[in-house]
Amino acid sequence: MSFVSYLINGISLGSVYAIIALGYTMVYGIAKMLNFAHGDIIMMGAYVIFIVVSMMGMPALVGVLAAIVVCTLLGVLIERVAYKPLRGASPLAVLITAIGVSYLLQNVALLLFGANTKAFTSVVGVPALRLAEGQLVISGETIVTILSCIVIMIVLTTFIKKSKAGQAMLAVSEDKGAATLMGINVNKTIALTFAIGSALAAVAGALLCSAYPSLTPYTGAMPGIKAFVAAVFGGIGSIPGAMIGGILLGVIENLSKAYISSQLSDAIVFSVLIVVLLVKPTGILGKKINEKV
Amino acid sequence: MRKAMSVILAAAMAASLAACGGTSTTSTTAESTTAADSSVAEGTSAAESTDTAADGDKTGTFKIGAIGPITGSAAVYGTAVMDGAELAVNEINAAGGINGYQVEYQFQDDENDVEKSINAYNTLKDWGMQMLVGTTTSNPCISVAAESAVDNLFQITPSGSAVECVENPNVFRVCFSDPDQGAASAQYIGEHQLASKIAIIYDSSSVYSSGIMEKFVSEAANQNLEIVANEAFTAETNTDFTTQLQKAKDGGAELIFLPIYYTEASLILNQANQMGLDVDFFGCDGMDGILQVENFDTSLAEGLMLLTPFVADATDELTQSFVSSYEAAYGSTPIQFAADAYDAVYAIKAAAEDAGLTPDMSVSDLCEGLKTSMTKITINGLTGDNMTWNEAGEPVKAPKAMKIENGAYTAME
Amino acid sequence: MKTKAGNKNWGSNAITYGMVILAYAVMQAMVMSGNISSLMKGLLVPLCMYVILAVSLNLTVGILGELSLGHAGFMCVGAFSSAVFSKCMEGVIPNTMISFLIALVIGALAAAICGILIGIPVLRLRGDYLAIVTLAFGEIIKNIMNAIYLGLDSKGLHFSLKNAAALNLEEGGQVIIKGAQGITGTPKVSSFTIGVVLVLLTLFIIINLTNSRTGRAIMSIRDNRIAAESVGINITKYKLLAFTVSAALAGVAGVLYSHNVSSLTALPKNFGYNMSIMILVFVVLGGIGNIRGSVIAAVVLTLLPELLRGLNNYRMLIYAIVLIAMMIFNSSPKAIALRSQIADNWKKKHSREKKEA
Repeated sequence: MSFVSYLINGISLGSVYAIIALGYTMVYGIAKMLNFAHGDIIMMGAYVIFIVVSMMGMPALVGVLAAIVVCTLLGVLIERVAYKPLRGASPLAVLITAIGVSYLLQNVALLLFGANTKAFTSVVGVPALRLAEGQLVISGETIVTILSCIVIMIVLTTFIKKSKAGQAMLAVSEDKGAATLMGINVNKTIALTFAIGSALAAVAGALLCSAYPSLTPYTGAMPGIKAFVAAVFGGIGSIPGAMIGGILLGVIENLSKAYISSQLSDAIVFSVLIVVLLVKPTGILGKKINEKV
Repeated sequence: MRKAMSVILAAAMAASLAACGGTSTTSTTAESTTAADSSVAEGTSAAESTDTAADGDKTGTFKIGAIGPITGSAAVYGTAVMDGAELAVNEINAAGGINGYQVEYQFQDDENDVEKSINAYNTLKDWGMQMLVGTTTSNPCISVAAESAVDNLFQITPSGSAVECVENPNVFRVCFSDPDQGAASAQYIGEHQLASKIAIIYDSSSVYSSGIMEKFVSEAANQNLEIVANEAFTAETNTDFTTQLQKAKDGGAELIFLPIYYTEASLILNQANQMGLDVDFFGCDGMDGILQVENFDTSLAEGLMLLTPFVADATDELTQSFVSSYEAAYGSTPIQFAADAYDAVYAIKAAAEDAGLTPDMSVSDLCEGLKTSMTKITINGLTGDNMTWNEAGEPVKAPKAMKIENGAYTAME
Repeated sequence: MKTKAGNKNWGSNAITYGMVILAYAVMQAMVMSGNISSLMKGLLVPLCMYVILAVSLNLTVGILGELSLGHAGFMCVGAFSSAVFSKCMEGVIPNTMISFLIALVIGALAAAICGILIGIPVLRLRGDYLAIVTLAFGEIIKNIMNAIYLGLDSKGLHFSLKNAAALNLEEGGQVIIKGAQGITGTPKVSSFTIGVVLVLLTLFIIINLTNSRTGRAIMSIRDNRIAAESVGINITKYKLLAFTVSAALAGVAGVLYSHNVSSLTALPKNFGYNMSIMILVFVVLGGIGNIRGSVIAAVVLTLLPELLRGLNNYRMLIYAIVLIAMMIFNSSPKAIALRSQIADNWKKKHSREKKEA
């Protein structure tokens, strides 16, 4: 029985990683950049919800919508100001700029909202599921997070495969030069990618802080890195991979805490990651890299 | 391209070296450097000469420096120390200062990093600091204490709780040491028979938390307490505690000991509630602040017990006036760190008055005077009545056990 | 032609060495005459440490062309292994300099061994996947260091992952690593002179390696791995070599660190991925593959937050903005074009003036 509940705990944690990883992997897949500031956009989204819902007393849905709007604008603004000038520069330069943006967002939040922890009001109204006479509890947040993950995954995949804008994204990710020649506006497409990625960050922020209701300017940093790991684990750039990677990461983390050692759980998780990457060098669902001479 | 950049960078470096380096060739450059480097102080005038530390200050103000993290994930503690100490300094100045001399105060950020704390300490030294309230967190405190011992500069840490913080004779502290808290908690639980089966959840990446945990475990054996689960988390895994709670549940724990800060504790209480776990929780001084978390559902903390020297809703006059002026000045309710810093400044005042110190004395003479007087003074502070200090630098005061009932602290017997 | 290129190389390297020696002479003169602020004096050793870290990471990132996010992990290994040695030998070896030199070798060796261990997966992985493995390695090291208890008594070293009591030390035994509380009281031996000597040594190693046959082989792997392989370059050997040298030098920086502060703990702040990223920022800002750039960027970016102390609460905010601005100025294709245009104009004007004169 306890194994099952450890497993459920792992899935709950993993689903939160997964939903963050979705945004991460989406931006990586199209724009080919590691957006280290993704976690901090999540944090900003959570603060918007906190202000709208907890301080102004609006309904949760309004809060989430407000967060989506703010994060989308923020994402596009960051892309325009910080990343666009670096198009064509080395990917490392973009990576470092993203880190700068991450520091910037953390410190802006620190000045705006202060260092004190804020308790987040859950935006999820679904009651917890109690099985086996209350021995197993699946929280409402977990149920909603997993469902949102699946919905987002399906919508994203369909959007990319079926819509014109999605096709343009694919084309840009394959070959920017050729895409331009085909009449695709590369700048617009990349801006759109950031807009979608940031909107996903707002949703992830809502769900992250509903599941773990404590909010500080540094709330997004650690889950951001974990989601990066999850995205690589699943095969970065792959949308279903992000979900699988996230959930596996959560499960491994919790099972190693439960059965091996809670002191060494970080070390165990990362060792498993290294081993997986040794066996499958491009992650679980990653594309095989074809080398050209 | 690279050349252009390196030239610019090199120029920047040269400029910065120049700005940093030339301190006291002439008194005018010294003044401008100080102003550029450290015009930080909270509204106090900072244009004194830099090397008061060496040859004394004739203008007649005491210079108290303070260090703590005001950026980074520990910012909340440093901010509290910064504000608490400033409040005390302002009060003292309004009431006529120490021995009739006004006090200047400057705070520097250390980001909770050992190396940055030494930079902060050196910045304050360049400013002419005579006594140090700090540092806020344990690890930086140990490193800064090694530096202050060389300079023989008096240091009182509000909240550096690791044993080694006060190893040097020039360092005192206001809070309890980690082992003392661990032992006191185990004794309290044992003597009051709160539970016999105990689980611990602690932060293995924190010196504070693991220090308390270690002593608690060894003292628990003497008190016939059975530790059924001793689970850790780290700064990287501080959101999900369901597995640790589940193990406590499986072990049949009646009480969970949480030697951690309130940020994580609020999450643990929340998750325990979701799991339907019905156990008691017991915390240490880091738990104080949990009722002030904005928007926190205080019903989750119902029945939580903690050993703490300070609670913000205590009814004594001193605490109430402190809390109201703190709230008026900084817009938030003070946590224990602010109270510790406030007491630290008043301890300096009491000791300086006892020794009859004047600001024109050298840093080392001030330190010697304060060192001897610290062990003689008794102060009624926010964090304890009739506080005294022993020669090892440890405070002698009684911890208060508190229980949260109806969303407020009540004293336990 | 060839000799000319060689001369240019030689000149450029001489500038790099000269810069360090000049900085040392100036700072040392200021220290001697007492014209130095305590802040600057305290920063001298950390500056050397960051320069070593940046230059050594440049070997992996710039010369070998692999992204590493675990450089702080190697530094951590070097710091802890050497601190343990110094604590054990405190009082046994009377001469602190000899003891420190041995500690230095131990730190470098320990980090090099970890470099080889982690270098093996390096051979299979590339790009972001390698980045994640190195990041994972750094986190593993940090986590293990937080869990280790190590004690010393007359019977030798005792080791435990549980707690200090489980070490079963004899009376008078000394606990050296106390789990998360780390090592306290490491003798403070690091000095600016030692730091600068180590910086010069690092520069010497990296510059010579880069300009040697080995270095050219390593760079050929970076530029075109398949082509390099096809002309018979042993990829495994050279990759591992570069990685290990880089790790060993990071270990040296760790030794400098642990012998400069009296409290050594593996915190996210000093040995976590944040630190690795910080070092990467030095390398990228200084110019990937540009050794002198790394030196300058490390110094500037270490001094910057200290010089911004006057801004109080806004310090880290301004730091972040400056970082982004520097990155855009330094790497944006438009900014580069603009800069070269200005440089051209200036040159033209200059030559015209010369003619007119």
